[in-house]
Amino acid sequence: MDTKPEFKPGNYLYAAKASALETVGLPNPRDWNPTDDDWKLPADWKGVVREGIAQRLERFRTFKLFMDICVRCGACADKCHFFIGSGDPKNMPVLRAELIRSIYRGEFKTAGKILGRLAGGRKLTEEVIKEWFYYFFQCTECRRCSVFCPYGIDTAEITIIAREIINLLGCNIDWIASPVANCFMTGNHLGLKPHTFKENAEYLLDDIEEYVGVKIEPSFNRKGAEILFVTPSGDIFAEPGIFTFMGYLMLFEHIGLDYTWSTYASEGGNFGFFTSHEMMKRLNAKMYAEAERLGVKWILGGECGHMWRVVHQYMNTLNGPPDFLDQPVNPITGTRFDNAASTKMVHISEFTADLIKNNKLKLDPSQNDHYTVTFHDSCNTSRGMGLLEEPRYIINNVCNNFVDMAPQTIRENTFCCGSGSGLNAGEYLEMRLRGGLPRANAVKRVAEDKGVNMLSCVCAIDRAVFPALMDYWVPGTDVCGVTELVANALVMEGQGEREYNLRGEENPSYVPPPESEGEAEGEAGEEGEE
Amino acid sequence: MIGFLFSVVAVLVLVGIALVGVGGLGLKVLFGVIIPYAAVLTFFAGLVYRVVDWGRSPVPFRIPTTCGQEKSLPWIKTNKVDNPCSGGMVLLRMAFEVLTFRSLFRNMKLDYRQGPTIRYSSEKFLWLFAMMFHWAFLVVIIRHARFFTEPIAQWLQGIEHLDGFLEFNLATFGIGLPTIQMSGLILLGGVTLLLVRRIVVPSVRYISLASDWFPLFLITFIALTGILARYVIRVDVVKIKELAMGLATFHPVVPDGISVWFYVHFFLVCVLFAYFPFSKLMHLGGVFLSPTRNLVNNSRAVLHVNPWSYPVKTHAYHEYEDDFREQMIEAGLPVEKTLEEAAAEKAPAAPAPAEADTEVTEEKED
Repeated sequence: MDTKPEFKPGNYLYAAKASALETVGLPNPRDWNPTDDDWKLPADWKGVVREGIAQRLERFRTFKLFMDICVRCGACADKCHFFIGSGDPKNMPVLRAELIRSIYRGEFKTAGKILGRLAGGRKLTEEVIKEWFYYFFQCTECRRCSVFCPYGIDTAEITIIAREIINLLGCNIDWIASPVANCFMTGNHLGLKPHTFKENAEYLLDDIEEYVGVKIEPSFNRKGAEILFVTPSGDIFAEPGIFTFMGYLMLFEHIGLDYTWSTYASEGGNFGFFTSHEMMKRLNAKMYAEAERLGVKWILGGECGHMWRVVHQYMNTLNGPPDFLDQPVNPITGTRFDNAASTKMVHISEFTADLIKNNKLKLDPSQNDHYTVTFHDSCNTSRGMGLLEEPRYIINNVCNNFVDMAPQTIRENTFCCGSGSGLNAGEYLEMRLRGGLPRANAVKRVAEDKGVNMLSCVCAIDRAVFPALMDYWVPGTDVCGVTELVANALVMEGQGEREYNLRGEENPSYVPPPESEGEAEGEAGEEGEE
Repeated sequence: MIGFLFSVVAVLVLVGIALVGVGGLGLKVLFGVIIPYAAVLTFFAGLVYRVVDWGRSPVPFRIPTTCGQEKSLPWIKTNKVDNPCSGGMVLLRMAFEVLTFRSLFRNMKLDYRQGPTIRYSSEKFLWLFAMMFHWAFLVVIIRHARFFTEPIAQWLQGIEHLDGFLEFNLATFGIGLPTIQMSGLILLGGVTLLLVRRIVVPSVRYISLASDWFPLFLITFIALTGILARYVIRVDVVKIKELAMGLATFHPVVPDGISVWFYVHFFLVCVLFAYFPFSKLMHLGGVFLSPTRNLVNNSRAVLHVNPWSYPVKTHAYHEYEDDFREQMIEAGLPVEKTLEEAAAEKAPAAPAPAEADTEVTEEKED
């Protein structure tokens, strides 16, 4: 407990900017740096922390219970990807929790107050706050330890609450605070203004037209659409997420879905979740508000991990019940989604799996033949929801070559990408590569043994961070969203030759038609040359 | 290390207290009646207090840790135990957890190899030791009911019979001991193995606090003194039953001629009872209350209400449109108000703020 963390480039995250905290009215906005000696904490910071802890003990049974019942059996110790990748003992989930448990004992418990260290208690000092900042932003809230804990102690819950407490002192990281501020004002983490959001989508539509030969004209902010579609903004911004975004556009066009995008509710993700329960609620409110304003019947959600933790386990409680919506029914198959009866929001994988099961998609899986695909279960959708079979069912229907990684590293045992919960900042790359080691190792195994060359996932953060992780640990492995694979296999009405895939690469699985003159498909001409 | 030494010394001091108290000072009433009553009272009052105290904190969100396939589309097989979709399934999940330590059974060990490569292997020792320890402890406690009941119930005798099935084997060797009760030996074995594990495994040793060592040593000594009293010293069981029945019927008597080692055993048990509610041993109660295990994973199907939910400040659509109206119109995005409408509204009306914050009541951030 006495070894203090050393803030070195690569192992800590930049501090939140004053302007970001001001935008959303968070306490103690100031410019500071974790390497500073003086963190410019508010004058009564100890009182704030004590009261913050006390209030949360009253509000969360999880927190209170998890402070009390750990027996330190050590089952969680080697389950954390940051411990595996860094070897830092305080990354053992049990010790991460002890960082705050020791203060709970030292400040709130009689034995701890009197006996101090002997009773596992510590006094609250500024060093403790620095340590919290270091280690609670070195946990991705992935819940893997919680699976193995005999009492279900969930470090994610402890980290969420600890971050909430240090946020009361204005100690957040820039990579979380800035997206939060952006999302609050513009509707999405990237700060894309409405016209920019639309323009970005239009670029992708042009790409689809070029590579697939199909012109798609989706609607934005359209009232009276049947379905509102919400997905993380990361997927409209950068590779390889944009290919998944193109996949959504093609899928919905293929089935003729009556849906709309929103530039206001243009973010599925929720970095508020990494700040405080309150901030999560403030950002999440847009989804229902926009669904009500547009008068849609229900909401369909794209591929994203923490977004789905929030949607599945929190949204209805935070901002529901959305009585103005209908129970979701797939308009194409007629399937009623009973599991979303109250929240009225369906996961794209549930939706797509239902379409495939009912033979509503025209698929040519051989278009993905040049890929040997494996699937990364996102922490949140596996351990905070249980979405395990749907993506696999989809992949198996749109690809001919699918292999799972080792059972200890998938499904409920899945390893985090190492960059979840807002830690995917550039300055944190070293720690992210360390945290991603167990996942990368499992990929490497199937890459070497089974020839896997494509890592698929249903999470926008995964798509953003895996390319770097793969380049470092398993070079030659690409990353894609499941819906990109779906789109590759979709046989679109009026499509061209599909000589190129959505990435604009030559499609190795493309088989030229027997009559090489074959321009019967109309606009195929423009695909050929460049 | 301080915690380790402190705990050893503490338990030895406790043994000494009982030896001196009864053997030296003859405080039999104190150790045979007063302390036991106080300990049992502390145990039950403390237990209830702690559980009620936990229960007073609400469960604002439905956050089970799901360890299997959710219930979604009807043709997808649900993992009902590890991702319960009904109350009955939660009971099943809890039963597996409490009775068979299902989560510990999942445990796996990780090793690093050159590469770096990581391999996982099965690691069932913790689970095995924990099962030995807890189940044997339960049987031992149940067995001790024979001291507090008269006549001794049939089922209790049945348990004893099963527990003592080694009797014949030993009798054939001509060893004239009382029936060997396996539970006591398994308990001692289990607690010793857990102790050894805590000492030998570096990561577990590193995380251990005094409050981890102390109960292990305490229980080790309870088991040791119990076994000592039964098999070596052969304490006068009839007299002990007289004492126990007196306590159970609230007519305490302190018969003479009971070995001091019985009092040592009894005193350590009293300490365990009194210590229990204020220690990590409360995981006994806590395991039933853990929200990541005892909730149904149906948060999208059924509304879960947060009792302390409060309104928050959001950035409403009309504020957003006010920020970007011109660009939105230019980009061909539909708007609620045209530029003229917005301008007209702004001009005659009183300064805007009253209208600006619709949903906002207060922003609570203490």
